Amino acid sequence: MPDTMNDRAVLIAGATSGIARALATELARQGARLYLTARDVEEAERIGRDLHVRYGAEVSWDHFEAEDYDAHALLLQGAKLAMGRLDGVIVAAGHLGDQARAQANFDHARRSINANFTGVASLLTHAANLFEQQGEGFIVALSSVAGDRGRQSNYVYGAAKGALSLFLQGLRNRLAPKGVHVLTVKPGFVDTRMTFGKAGLFLVAQPEAVARDVLRALGRRKDVLYTPGFWRWIMRAVRAIPESRFKRMAM
Amino acid sequence: MAIVERKLSGWGRYPVVQSRVQRPERLSALQELVARAGTGSLTARGAGRSYGDAALNSKGTTVLMGRLNRMLAFDEKTGLLRCEAGVTLEEILAVFVPRGWFLPVTPGTKHVTVGGAIAFDVHGKNHHCDGAFSSFVSGLKLLTASGEIVACTRSRNANLFRATVGGAGLTGFITEAAVTLRRIETSRIHLRRFKAQDLDDALSLFDEHEASYPYSVAWIDCLARGKALGRSLVMFGRHARRGELDARLRDDPLGYAPGTRFSVPFNLPGFALHPLAVKSFNAFYYARQRTREMTAITDLDPFFYPLDAIGQWNKLYGRRGFIQYQAVFPAATGRKALVEALNLTSRRGKGSFLAVLKRFGAASEGLLSFPLPGYTLALDVPVGRGLHVLIEGLNRIALAHGGRAYLAKDAYLTPDIFREMYPALPDFLEIKGAHDEGNIFSSMLARRLQLHHDPELKAAEVTVHA
Repeated sequence: MPDTMNDRAVLIAGATSGIARALATELARQGARLYLTARDVEEAERIGRDLHVRYGAEVSWDHFEAEDYDAHALLLQGAKLAMGRLDGVIVAAGHLGDQARAQANFDHARRSINANFTGVASLLTHAANLFEQQGEGFIVALSSVAGDRGRQSNYVYGAAKGALSLFLQGLRNRLAPKGVHVLTVKPGFVDTRMTFGKAGLFLVAQPEAVARDVLRALGRRKDVLYTPGFWRWIMRAVRAIPESRFKRMAM
Repeated sequence: MAIVERKLSGWGRYPVVQSRVQRPERLSALQELVARAGTGSLTARGAGRSYGDAALNSKGTTVLMGRLNRMLAFDEKTGLLRCEAGVTLEEILAVFVPRGWFLPVTPGTKHVTVGGAIAFDVHGKNHHCDGAFSSFVSGLKLLTASGEIVACTRSRNANLFRATVGGAGLTGFITEAAVTLRRIETSRIHLRRFKAQDLDDALSLFDEHEASYPYSVAWIDCLARGKALGRSLVMFGRHARRGELDARLRDDPLGYAPGTRFSVPFNLPGFALHPLAVKSFNAFYYARQRTREMTAITDLDPFFYPLDAIGQWNKLYGRRGFIQYQAVFPAATGRKALVEALNLTSRRGKGSFLAVLKRFGAASEGLLSFPLPGYTLALDVPVGRGLHVLIEGLNRIALAHGGRAYLAKDAYLTPDIFREMYPALPDFLEIKGAHDEGNIFSSMLARRLQLHHDPELKAAEVTVHA
């Protein structure tokens, strides 16, 4: 793959996640300019400095809070100001949460939904409008295979990711004629903080491999990416189980 | 943060223990681990390349540091790199060799972390003139048991610096270090290699050539006995200058692609470096070089990291294979000690093997740092019935000559011998006690060698002195 991201100006929200760091690293290696945002801005700074030392990348960092909806428009402005323009937005924000807690306490569920869906939808609403106006740009958002079917073990997280997948589908439908590319990424088990020790049966992917996969899909203007690719087939099988049987399975 | 149960061992594959493992991905997560440690214990584990039980903890939590590997700043004028402890030497080489910088000190593998290099104050082929890794560490940040991140240099929190350098990770988590890299003109090494017919020949070659070469090492054929004791290949190296490269290389003097093999006359097949193949040491190395002396230009990796090209070469270590042993013998009686050690190994070691001999220069300020001025001998010792006797014998020789064994390669020392080998231990324990009273930072090595602050022990000593 040629280094297609050379000189592109990209904002990453949720930049401290394992996959986001790998994406930022691959982008920096290809010569992109980055605006890393995260709740833990000090951590975003450490990642940013690393990319500057290793690749000479032009990187700045800022605070991103999923639930601080009013700040999202300003955040995009800040990125545009820092880099001179904005070519793409990558959203990796979100967290797995704890299903048991979310069941027992709706406050926990609400925070999970906001972090995984509402906050992302808010940021992407502004990004979509900006790119539509520009007549170009790309949006990459990390959804999840968990959003393909509701399961008792993580349906709150799954519902939020499922909603995000639908939201992205709608955005894609709206923006495709305007020259704006929307890529939905559905990672399976990736060797990050979120899945450390949780992945059992399935082959765990390294975040670096997932990042290369994502950028390749972006280059090819794909719509939905399952990564690693075999998850497309796993989820197809999971979706094919009739609900009457699925509801009795220990999933 | 998720906790995972895993079987872990050191590079020497003994001991193997069931471990509770955590892997922080951000600094705040590491701080949280310390804050929540309670009465449990924590062990930092970098790349897992120490041979014994230094990065193992069967009772507490083993903390994988590999994701805390951010490079934070680099000064192009001075070569000062500030980075997190989980950065590996391999990463530093990949980033900086093409820019004209090299590691100031490197051990025989590049698959170690900066944190591990500091915790064992590792040495390289240039110890006789440059000292150990810590000589190039101007400062570090240490997350101590109190949860505080303490900046340590030779002038600020100097005691904690001296205890942490070589301190086997027992003073706290090293979160950051400032390391000064070395400027290089090319990514090649000018190599000069001699055949030495015996130990005295090898030692006099060191004497003769070490002034003009910063890197030196001898591979001793342990099969050779009697008059041939110490028969070896003695290698010297220095960074090649641009003018010394042939035209093809001169266009890209800093080219660095360690994945690819560079074909040079002395780049012997990888399996020949393998301990098991050492039986054929004579055939592969010694006899193959027909002349007394040869010179060549070589890549960095074959010169510094010959075994890294083989990958999982440690598969031959462990219960049924080999153990690695290394000791240092002070200069004054160094030759005598070497003769004793080589005689003992050739007598006791049933299998045949290779020994690596190196000269050490001045010691560093690390209280538990290994190097002392003199000679160091590293051996692959075959596991077998006589193993413990042999190790004990080697330790006794080291002790009798005022030397010591290397903690990064040890799984067998006992507390009493260890205490004699490391006379600065009481100072170390006092500093550890001041910063980690509850021994949160521990390891199997720490428990085995009683590298713990023990208030009762201290009280008892006070009573005796009174």
